[in-house]
Formats: sequence, C-alpha cells, structure tokens
Amino acid sequence: MKHLVTSFALALLTLQACKQNASDGSAGKTENAMEIKVSGETENQKAVNPPTVPAPIGDRAAKKVIVHLEATEEEGELADGVTYKFWTFNSTVPGSFIRIRVGDEVELHLKNASNSVMPHNIDLHAVNGPGGGAEATNVAPGKEAIFNFKALNPGLFVYHCAAAPVPLHIANGMYGLILVEPAGGLAKVDREYYIMQGEFYTKGKTDEKGLQEFDQDKGVDERPTYVVFNGKKNALMGANALQAKVGETVRIFVGNAGPNLVSSFHVIGEIFDKVYAEGGSKFNENVQTTVIPAGGAAMVEFKVEEPGEYVIVDHSIFRAFNKGAIGKLKVTGEKNPKVYHKVQ
Amino acid sequence: MSKIFKIFLCIGSFFFIFQACSKKPAGTKEKDASTFSTKEIQITPNVKMVSIKGGKYLPFYGDSSLVEVQDFLLDERPVTNAEFLDFVKKNPKWKRSNIKTLFADDTYLKNWQDDETLPKNADPEAPVTFVSWFAAKAFAKSAGKRLPTLDEWEYVAMADEESANARNKSEYSAHLINLYNEKLREKKKVQLSKPNYYGVYNMFDLVWEWTDDFNSIMTTADSRTGDFDDKGLFCASAATSAADVLNYASFMRYAFRSSLKANYTVENLGFRCAKDLQKNSK
Repeated sequence: MKHLVTSFALALLTLQACKQNASDGSAGKTENAMEIKVSGETENQKAVNPPTVPAPIGDRAAKKVIVHLEATEEEGELADGVTYKFWTFNSTVPGSFIRIRVGDEVELHLKNASNSVMPHNIDLHAVNGPGGGAEATNVAPGKEAIFNFKALNPGLFVYHCAAAPVPLHIANGMYGLILVEPAGGLAKVDREYYIMQGEFYTKGKTDEKGLQEFDQDKGVDERPTYVVFNGKKNALMGANALQAKVGETVRIFVGNAGPNLVSSFHVIGEIFDKVYAEGGSKFNENVQTTVIPAGGAAMVEFKVEEPGEYVIVDHSIFRAFNKGAIGKLKVTGEKNPKVYHKVQ
Repeated sequence: MSKIFKIFLCIGSFFFIFQACSKKPAGTKEKDASTFSTKEIQITPNVKMVSIKGGKYLPFYGDSSLVEVQDFLLDERPVTNAEFLDFVKKNPKWKRSNIKTLFADDTYLKNWQDDETLPKNADPEAPVTFVSWFAAKAFAKSAGKRLPTLDEWEYVAMADEESANARNKSEYSAHLINLYNEKLREKKKVQLSKPNYYGVYNMFDLVWEWTDDFNSIMTTADSRTGDFDDKGLFCASAATSAADVLNYASFMRYAFRSSLKANYTVENLGFRCAKDLQKNSK
C-alpha cells in the first residue's frame, strides 16, 4: 500500500516536473542525486584553454571523472607591456573549465608546481562539503592532493583557491568555472564560450608599463587597476575575439571571480534570449544586462541575427572603457535588413 | 670426581663458545641500531648565534592572549648547503639513499647530484632545502641545538631593520608580500641582505623555515568555518582569529606551515637552529 502511494506520488511529481520544464523555464531538477549510480568507463577530463570548453555531456549516464589541476605561479602579460605574477590553475586565467553532470563522481587531483612559493588549494562551489574541497586539498609546493566528490546540484559554479590570504590568491588569478549539467544535458546550441571576469590590483596605474606588483591597499579599498575578461586586457579582442555565424545560437558561460566587484554583464547590440541567472536552474528571458556577483556565474544564450562586431562589456562602464572589461564577438554572414538596417 | 668435573667444564666451555659465537653478530647489530636511533655524530657549524631578549607578544593566531617568549639564542642565518653536507657525511643515515620514508618523502635532497654532492651550480653558502622536519631536527640535535618554536620564530619575525616590532607599519607586510612572491630566492647566498633589529639575517628573503611546532596552530587547512578556535585560517574566521587581518605576509607563513607534514621536503623550505639561553650561560 505504502509502495503504491509513493509510486503514485512519484509519478505525479514527474508529471509536474515535465509540465514545469515546458512552462516555467526550469532546466530540470534531479531528484535525489545522491542515489544516482555511476557506470561506464572512467573519464579523464582533458584540459582545454579558455575561452573554449569541453564538449557537452549530452545524455550520457553519470560516471566517474578524473580532473587534474595544477597550481602554478608564473609571470605573464596583463596588458600591453604590462606584466604580472599570476597564480593559476593549469597555467591559464581563468583555469580549465570543468564539465560534468549531476551524479558524476569526481576524483580531483590538485598538484602544486614544485617551483611554487605558496601553498594552494581549491574550493569548488559545486561541492557539498567543508570548504568545498579546500580543507582536503591544501597542498605544499611539489605535492599533490586528491579528493573525491559527488556532484549533487546542477548549475554553473565558480571554483577558486582558498589558501590564506584568500583575497590575494583570487586577485592573482586562481579561479575558474565548473559546470554540472542536469541529467540529459543542456539544450544544444551552436557555439559555447567561457568568459570569466576578474580584477587586478597593481602598484602602478592602469597601463603603466613593466612588471607590476600587487597593491594590497587598492585591494582592500576595492579600487582595482584592471577589470578584465579572461585574465588580461584584450584577451577577447582582435584575433582572439569570439566567433559566430548569423543564425547561430551562442551560449556563454560567464563567471565573476571578483574578488570584489559585482559585474553588470552585457553584450552591446544583443539581447540575451535566456539568462540562467546566478548559474542556477531557472532562466529569465529577454534580458539586456545581467548581474553576476563576485564568486558567482551565469549562463547567457542568444541567437545572432545580424553580422558585425558585438562588444562584450561590464556595463559598469568605466571598467569597460578604462580598466579592460571589454571583449568582442565577431558575427559573420549575410545581412538581415529586416532586423537591422541603416537608412541614411 | 675431578674427571667428571673436567668433562663438565669441557662441555661447559664448548657450550659457552657456541653461545658466544651465535650471539656475536646479533649483539653488534643491536648496538649499531641503538647508536643509529639515538645519537647523532656531533657537528660544529660555524654560525653566530644571536641572543634574543624575550618578552610578551601577541601571536598572529590564537585567542588574543599574550604569549611569553623566554630569552633564547637564534642562528643568525639559515643552515647552508655546505653545513648540511657536513652533517650527512658524519651522519650517514641522513644521506639521501639511506633516509627512511618515515623521516622524509621522496623529494628529500632531490636536487643533490648524489649522496655527497651538492646540486649542480648550487652555492654551498645558499640555504639547504628539500629537508624534512625530522632531518632538520636531527641536524639541530647534532649541533647541540634545537629548532626554534613557532612563537620564537614569529617573535623575531616582528622585527624590521629598525625596530623589534614593525607589525604596525603598513609597508612591512606590503614589502613581504612581494618579496614572498619571488621565485628561486633559495638559490642566493645567506647574509647578503641586511640584518634585522636583532642582527638576524634572512628571516624572509630566502626560504620558508621549519619550526619545532610548525603544525601546532592549524590542524585543518581550510577553516573559514565560523568556529574561531586557532584553526581559523581563512576568510571570515580570519577576521576573528587573526591579530591583524591586513598582515598578509603572516597569513602566507601560517598557510604554508599548515600545508606541511613532518616528512615533507620542499624546494623553498629550509631551517635555522635555536638554543635555550639559560642553560648555556650559567
């Protein structure tokens, strides 16, 4: 009798869930992800450099996934003629995009390069457990930590180093995104990109040449010298601009590492058809600018109808104009006068 | 009667010899083992020890009660490659090929060319690194010293060149943050930079340093947990448990220590020795 009731309730719930999916913009919740069994071959996730992301998970079953990250400290370019000592995951800012599905069991290896000066660790916002993994992964230079977690909540999550002093580890570039897709995967799109906003606090003024040191006072005062996408001024400009063709649907996984500022994410000349606000399961529609908190993320999707250059900005616009929070999406293809047409 | 006695004696002596023979090898082994585990062969590194006047100080972590540091002696600089080489030559069980995994992980003296040859291009006067806490302790012991305690080390680390306590100078921490961010500092000779207020060199600019009780403060590596016992290393709890939340340099040192285990050996981790003052100045 009990069984009958529960199965009836379950059926009702499923029906409800289906209905909701269709109507209210929910990406589908997974009931009791803890019970999802992993099966099939273990995947060794290959690292790809931003702004590219690993292939969609599609409708595969949950499985075991091994992820390798290496904490490094290396000098790199922050702007033209400006260098900075970045701290990274896998030598890129942001670090490698991790892509799994709900129910997956992840074995995360965090190595700290032997020539590192600092200890590092990782706090993944996708993890249910103390410190999001930071507690299990504090790792000295030259050592490796391994910890396992099961992905229980679908969504787009930030990960970052949480070794003390945390603000410095984030300000130096130690962050990235991890996407936990719902069962069945996300809807298919034509293009996917990975952008992460972050601030840099340097002793010298914006664009002052040479190797720039971290400025703690500016950090505490929340007065960044740079606000950039993907770790560097102009990382998404010129030859590195994102690409799409007329008629395609673009999905951008946008993260905001902070460490301080909230982003007003906007693409000039486009309207987001869908925004999964805060990286969660529900989407809003027809959005011009979406707020992304520090330590948060959003998925935005839009179809491009007209060729041209679309400028990606933090619409807190001084940041775009003066501090580097600007990128481009280049759309090629046939003009569409019905949508956009200059008359005179 | 005497015959019987003789026979008895004969058998007895045979037995005795037999016993002695079978015992001998075992006996020497035991003796070797005991010298190995308890005694270090003495070394006499030629390093000046600076007398540190003790006092009460506020540890960076804790329940904000003052801690008393007794007067003590501290090596004026970290232990060098040359000194550690001398130590392993005299105490072979601390050579790379003899070391027990319990006492050092697999990167122990990793950059050395062999058991008795320093790394290629290494300066003998540069601080020794890739040494475990156990090895550092053994070195100190054989020199008739010990490792400084965390409090002793941090007490001396409060000083800059001019004053015994520079904690309140904002540039003190700011300077260290950028200094700490510099790689390969461990390759430099000791005592090239200026000494601090006490006349102690290289507290910050060459290597991280082992302390006797390096892991006594933090037992967890992440503790942005609300409970601000002395494990509060990160974010939120740092504000309640650290004496000065703007002292990023101290956070770095404590974070580094909390990432260590006693058998770890790391490329930029060395040590210096300390000694009780009272015992020696009697």
